[in-house]
Amino acid sequence: MRKQLPFAITLDPGTSLANQTGSWRTERPLYVDRLPPCNNACPAGENIQKWLYHAEEGDYERAWQVLMEDNPLPGVMGRVCYHPCETECNRAKMDETVGIHAIERFLGRQAWEQKWKVIFDAEPSGNRVLVIGAGPSGLSAAYHLTRLGHAVTIREAGPAAGGMMRFGIPKYRLPRDVLDYEIQRILDMGVELELNVKVGDIEGAFEKEGFDAVFVAVGAHLAKRIDIPAHAAGKILDAVSVLRGMEAGGEPPQLGRRVIIYGGGNTAMDVARTAKRLGADESMIVYRRSRTEMPAHDFEATEAEEEGVIIHWLRTIKQIDETMVTVEKMEIDADGRPQPTGEFETIEADTLILALGQDVDTAFLERVPGVDIAKDGVVQVDTRMMTGRTGLFAGGDMVLAERTVTVAVGHGKKAARNIDAWLRGESFENPEKHELAGFDDLNTWYYDDAPQTVQSALDIVRRQTGFEEVLKGLTEDNALYEARRCLSCGNCFECDNCYGICPDNAVIKLGPGDRFRFNYDYCKGCGMCAAECPCGAIKMVAENL
Amino acid sequence: MLKQIEGSIAVAEAIALCRPEVVCAYPITPQTHIVEGVGALVKSGALENCEFINVESEFAALSVAIGASAAGARTYTATASQGILFMAEAVYNAAGLGLPIVMTIGNRAIGAPINIWNDHTDAMSVKDAGWIQLFAETNQEAVDLHIQAFRLAEELSSPVMVCMDGFILTHAYERIDVPTQEEIDAFLPPYDPVQVLDPVEPYSIGAMVGPEAFTEVRYLAHEKQLQALRLIPEIGAVFKDVFDRESGGLIHPYRTEGAETIAVALGSVNGTIKEVVDAMRDEGAAVGSISICSFRPFPLDELEATLAGAKHVVVIEKSLAPGLGGILASNVRMALREMAVPVYTVIAGLGGRPITMASLRGILEAAAKGRLPDVQFLDLDHGAVEREILRARGIRRSGPTAENILKSLGAAAVAGDE
Amino acid sequence: MTEETALQRVKFYQTGTHTVGNRLIDKGARSVQSSMDRSNAITSGHRACQGCGEALGARYALDAAMRAAEGQLVAVNATGCLEVFTTPYPETSWQIPWLHSLFGNAPAVATGVAAAMRRKGRSEVKVVAQGGDGGTTDIGFGCLSGMFERNDDVLYLCYDNEGYMNTGVQRSSATPPTARTATTPALGDAPGNVFGTGKNLPLIAMAHNIPYVATASVAYLHDLEDKVTKAMHIPGARYIHIMVPCPLGWGTASDATIHIARMAVESGLFPLFEAEHGEVTRSNKIRRRVPVKDYLAPQRRFAHLFKKGQEDTTRIARLQRMADANIERFNLLGERESP
Ligand SMILES: Cc1cc2nc3c(=O)[nH]c(=O)nc-3n(C[C@H](O)[C@H](O)[C@H](O)COP(=O)(O)OP(=O)(O)OC[C@H]3O[C@@H](n4cnc5c(N)ncnc54)[C@H](O)[C@@H]3O)c2cc1C
Ligand SMILES: Cc1ncc(C[n+]2csc(CCOP(=O)(O)OP(=O)(O)O)c2C)c(N)n1
Ligand code: SF4
Ligand SMILES: [Mg+2]
Repeated sequence: MRKQLPFAITLDPGTSLANQTGSWRTERPLYVDRLPPCNNACPAGENIQKWLYHAEEGDYERAWQVLMEDNPLPGVMGRVCYHPCETECNRAKMDETVGIHAIERFLGRQAWEQKWKVIFDAEPSGNRVLVIGAGPSGLSAAYHLTRLGHAVTIREAGPAAGGMMRFGIPKYRLPRDVLDYEIQRILDMGVELELNVKVGDIEGAFEKEGFDAVFVAVGAHLAKRIDIPAHAAGKILDAVSVLRGMEAGGEPPQLGRRVIIYGGGNTAMDVARTAKRLGADESMIVYRRSRTEMPAHDFEATEAEEEGVIIHWLRTIKQIDETMVTVEKMEIDADGRPQPTGEFETIEADTLILALGQDVDTAFLERVPGVDIAKDGVVQVDTRMMTGRTGLFAGGDMVLAERTVTVAVGHGKKAARNIDAWLRGESFENPEKHELAGFDDLNTWYYDDAPQTVQSALDIVRRQTGFEEVLKGLTEDNALYEARRCLSCGNCFECDNCYGICPDNAVIKLGPGDRFRFNYDYCKGCGMCAAECPCGAIKMVAENL
Repeated sequence: MLKQIEGSIAVAEAIALCRPEVVCAYPITPQTHIVEGVGALVKSGALENCEFINVESEFAALSVAIGASAAGARTYTATASQGILFMAEAVYNAAGLGLPIVMTIGNRAIGAPINIWNDHTDAMSVKDAGWIQLFAETNQEAVDLHIQAFRLAEELSSPVMVCMDGFILTHAYERIDVPTQEEIDAFLPPYDPVQVLDPVEPYSIGAMVGPEAFTEVRYLAHEKQLQALRLIPEIGAVFKDVFDRESGGLIHPYRTEGAETIAVALGSVNGTIKEVVDAMRDEGAAVGSISICSFRPFPLDELEATLAGAKHVVVIEKSLAPGLGGILASNVRMALREMAVPVYTVIAGLGGRPITMASLRGILEAAAKGRLPDVQFLDLDHGAVEREILRARGIRRSGPTAENILKSLGAAAVAGDE
Repeated sequence: MTEETALQRVKFYQTGTHTVGNRLIDKGARSVQSSMDRSNAITSGHRACQGCGEALGARYALDAAMRAAEGQLVAVNATGCLEVFTTPYPETSWQIPWLHSLFGNAPAVATGVAAAMRRKGRSEVKVVAQGGDGGTTDIGFGCLSGMFERNDDVLYLCYDNEGYMNTGVQRSSATPPTARTATTPALGDAPGNVFGTGKNLPLIAMAHNIPYVATASVAYLHDLEDKVTKAMHIPGARYIHIMVPCPLGWGTASDATIHIARMAVESGLFPLFEAEHGEVTRSNKIRRRVPVKDYLAPQRRFAHLFKKGQEDTTRIARLQRMADANIERFNLLGERESP
C-alpha cells in the first residue's frame, strides 16, 4: 500500500499537466506547406522536392514513382532539361544549387536497370483520344491520358517517335537508347503508335473516326530563313535539316571544312558542335548580339567553346561568296538591341548553316473551324490548352511558350488532365498554390556546407571526334549525396527540430511520415519552433484574443 | 556493558550500534570527539555499511544528511555552537522535509566573543526550527537518548536533536552502560521511510508552497510535535522494557512532592541542582527540581501538573534572550499561565561559567523568601559591568565591550597585585 | 558478408548533425530528444517564461541522463527558476525522482543521495544535481567544491543564464562585463557589470582534477547530449556548465533563445570544450564565426552599448578581445571534426 505522502511538500509526478499553459499564448504556430522554388519553376510541374525526399532515403523506386506522376521521361529530362528548378533552388544562395537534373537522370537509369513499372490504377474510361505528333508533348499527353484510363493513339509523320528529342537534340547530349527505352515504356502501357502518318484531316478524326478528343503537338519544324546576297552559290543549309540528317540512318550530311553557323540559340550550338564532330576544321558561330543576350544557355556556349567552336559575337552576315563571308560589326544600344556600326570583316568559310529558329507548320490546322492562329504562326489555346475547336487541344512548340522539352512535357500533362476533365464534363482545377518558400524563410544554420557533386565529362578529344555522351551520370553514392543536399524548402522533412526545441513539450511527434501536431493546451506561443525550423514549415499567426 | 569512557566516545559507540548508513563529520569543539569516534569505528570496520563523509562545512554536513535521509538512509551528524548557525538554513529545511535525521549538539556558547565553553545558546537558536530537542542530564542519558532519538525520528518522520552539555558531558570520563548490539536491534527496527527518492515512485520532494497551503503545512509541523509529546514517553517506556533503565521521557521531577520552591533546568546542571535540593531538603526546606528532557516539544501539561503546588519557580538556564531575559523561563511561564506563581529567571553558566552549589543554594533560598528579581544573572561581576556602563556612557563610541571588560578586569588584577 | 550500401557509405545527412533529429541517421545514433519515447523529465504545464532556455536545457540534459542511466536517475535541484517553475504546489512537472532542499546546498544533498544509494545497494541509481549560475558559482560554490574535492559520484549540471533570474535579474559571478542587471544598472561611466570581475567555473572545476568537466549550450543539442551521456558513464564528480539564455533577463525575443545561445558560441564568447582530469581534451570548433557585436546587439541587457549614433566601440572591442582570447586559448578555429 502506498504510504501517506507529506502534505504539499511532496507531489505526484507530472501533475503539472493540469496547468494548461496554452492560455498564455498571443501567437500560435501553424504547420504550413510552402511551395518550393524548384517545384514552382518546373515547367513539367514535377514535385521535385517530394521525389528528392524519397531519394534521400535511398528509396529510389518510390522517388521514381513520384517523379513519374508528372513526367514520363526522367532519363531524357535529366539530360536535356535546362533545369529552371536549379536556377531557382534556394541552396544556390548558400553554396551551389542542388544538382536536380543529375539525380533525375540517375533515377531514370535505375528505372531502366531495375525495369520498374509505372503504378497506376485508373479504370478504362471508354474514351479514345488521338494525339498528333510523337514529340515530347505528344508522348507526355499520351502517357498521362493512359494513366487516366483513356485509350490513346499517336500518329506521327516521321519514321520514329521522339520529335525534336530525336531529330534535333544530338546524341552526345541524349543517347538514343535512353530515348528509345523511355518511349517504349510509354508504348508498353498500351499507347498505340502509328508512324509515318502525317495527319491532315483533324475534323475527320473527330467525325469519321470517332475520337472523343484530339491533342495536337506537331512542334515547330519550318526553318526560318533570311535573304543574304550571295554572289556565288555557296553552300547554305538550315540547322534542323542538318540535325535531322544525322538521324536519317544513312550517310551523315556533307558539310565543308570551314563551317559558319548563323544564330545564337541552342540549335546553333548543337549544330556547331555536330559540325566539329563531323570533322570540320573550323566550326564558327556568328551571332549578332553578345554573349549576355544569346538565347542559348551559357553552359552550352562554354561546352561548344571547350570543343573548339569559335563564336563571333556582335556580327551580322552581309554577304557570302564561295569562300568568304562578309560580316558587319554590331553594337548593343541602350535598349539592348544590336545596331550596325558600318565596319565590316570577312571570314573564310565554305558552308553556312542557318540556325535562326523554326516556325510552326499550321497549314493543316487552318482548315479546322474555330482554331485561332496568331500572326507568328503559333496556335492559340485557352488555360485548358484547348484550341477554338471544341475537343481539340494543343501544346508544345506549336503554342505560345518557351520551346523546351520540359515545357512540352508539361503541356502534355496539363492537356491530358484537362482532356480527362472535359471528357467527364468537368473542369480540371489545379490545387491551390501554396505561398512560395523563400530563402528568408529558411534557417540555414542547420544545413551542412556541401558543394554540388560535379558530373564528370568525357575527355575533350573524344568530344571532338565522336558522338558519345559528354556528361557522365552519377554513381549511387553521388546521387544519394546530391539528393541529401536538398533543403526541403517550405515543407517539413521531419527533422524533429520543433519536437525537440519546444521548451514546453507542446509538439507531438506522430511518427515517421506523419509529421507533428501542436498541443495547443500547452504551447505558450514562444515561437522558437518557427524560428528554428530549418525549412520554414512553421508560421506564427496572431491568436484571436 | 559498563565502561569507564568519555561521554563523546560512549555516544559514538551508541550511534554506531544504531547502524547509521550515512554519517557526516565536521569538526567543532566540543562535539568533535563524537564524529571522530564514529569515524574510527567506520574505518576500523567495526561499523559496517556506513558512509562516513568528511564535508567542508556544517551546512554541507546537514545537507549531505538531508540527501541521504531523503534517499532512505539512516543518517547522523553532530555539531555545536557556530556550526549550528552555519547550518541554520538546513536545520529548518530538514524539519520542513520531515527527514528523520539525528544530530547531536555538544552545547556551546555562540560568539562574538568567541567562546568554546558550554551553554545552551546554540540549541536555543534553532529551538523553533521544527526539530525535536532532547536534553541529556547525564552521559548515560545522552547514550540512551540517541538510541531513542532514532526510533522517535523515524516513527514521526522528524529530525531529532540530542543536546548534551559541551565538556561537562562530552569530555567527562564516567562509568557508562553502553548497550549491546542485540539490545539495540531489539529496540530499533530498520528505517522504513514514508517517502524516499526512488525511480520506482518518482515523486517530487520539496515543492514550493504558497499562501494557499503554507499555514496548513506549518500547522502540521506543530501537530507533529504534539504527537511527539505522546510518543516520547511511550518510547521511553519501551526503552525501559528493553534496557531496564529509566531514560528519556518529557521531564524528570526530583523531590517535587510538597516542594514550594522548584528549580527547573535543562541538561547536566540538574545534577548539581539535585545535590543542592538534597542538601536543602535535609535541612527541611521544601525544595525540589525538574529536569526538562524534551524541550521541543515543550511539555506544558506535565510541567503544569508537576508545578501545581509550587509557590516559587526558579528557572535556571544557560541561555539568554537579550532584551527579554530567559528563554526557558518564558516557556515555563506558558505552562503556568493559569497559575499565579512567580517564575524567576536565573541566567547561569554562560560561556562555561561554573554553576556552584553555593550559588545555587543562595538562589533557591532567596527564591523561597520571594527575594529574587525577575531576571537574575548568577554570579555576575557587578563591578565590572557597572564600570563598563559608566565608561561607555562617557564616550560616544565606546568600542567593544568584551575587550574593555577584560581590560578592566586585568587592570583590577594588576592593581590588586600592587 | 553483406555488401555495404550507399546508405551506409554516404555519411552526409544534410541536417543530421545540427537538427534535433534526422530520419536518415541510424536509429541508434539519433538524439534522445528526437525519440518518441524520450523521458520528458520535465513535462508540460511548467511555468517557465515563453522561450525559457533553462526549461529546455534541463530537459535536454536530464532526458539524456535518463537514457544513459536506463531510467535509474535521481535529481537534486537548487533553488532558482528551474525549481520554482517546475514545482509550485500542487503540481510538479518532474517525472523523475526529484528533491529540492536549498539554494546553496544541491551538491551536498546530491552527495548524500549518492551515499545513501550506495549503502542501500542501489548503485545503479545515478545522481545528478542541478542549479542556476547563482546557485552554482556563488552561493553553492562551497558545497560544489567539496563535492568535487571528495570526487563524489555526482553529475552536477549548471544552467547558466548569467544572473539571478528568479529573484528578478541580479548580477551573479557569471554575469558578463557590461551586462545590465538589476544590481548593475546601465548608469554612470562604467554602465552595467564591471570588467575584470566574475569567475570561470568550468576552469575552477578542472582545477579540482575531477574526471570530467564540460561546457555545453542549449543551441548544440547533439554535443550537449554527447557530453551528458559521456559524463553519465564516468564515476566520480563531473561538471557540465550549460549556457541557457533567459529571454526575460537578457531582453531577447522569446523565439530567439537558441539563436542567441548559438551566437554566444559562434562568437567565441562561450567556448564549448571538454576536460578530463584537469586537462582540456577537446574543443568544439566554431562553424560560422560571428563578431561579438552580432551576439550583443539583439540583447536589451547590452542596449547601452548600441545607443543610436554613439556605439560604445571601446567596450564592444573589449568584449571582442575576450572572445578572441577564448578562441586562442581553446583553439576554436581549427578543422572541424567530420560529423
Ligand atoms: C537542335 C535542338 C536542340 C534542342 N535542345 C533542347 C534541349 O537541350 N532541351 C530542351 O528542353 N529543348 C531543346 N530543344 C527544344 C525541344 O526539342 C522542343 O521544344 C520540343 O521537342 C518540342 O516538343 P513538341 O512535342 O512540341 O514538338 P516536337 O518535338 O517537334 O515533335 C513534334 C512531332 O510531330 C510530328 N509531326 C509534325 N507534323 C505532324 C503531322 N501533321 N502529323 C503527324 N505528326 C506530325 C513531328 O514529326 C514530330 O515528331 C531543342 C530543339 C532543337 C531544334
Ligand atoms: C539562501 C538564499 N539566498 C537567496 C535566495 C533567493 N533566491 C532564490 S532563487 C535566486 C536566484 C537564483 O539564481 P540562479 O541560481 O542563477 O538561478 P536562475 O533563477 O537564474 O535560474 C535567489 C537569489 C534563497 N532562496 N536562498
Ligand atoms: S526568468 Fe529566465 S530562467 Fe527564469 S523562467 Fe523566465 S526565462 Fe526561464
Ligand atoms: Mg541564473
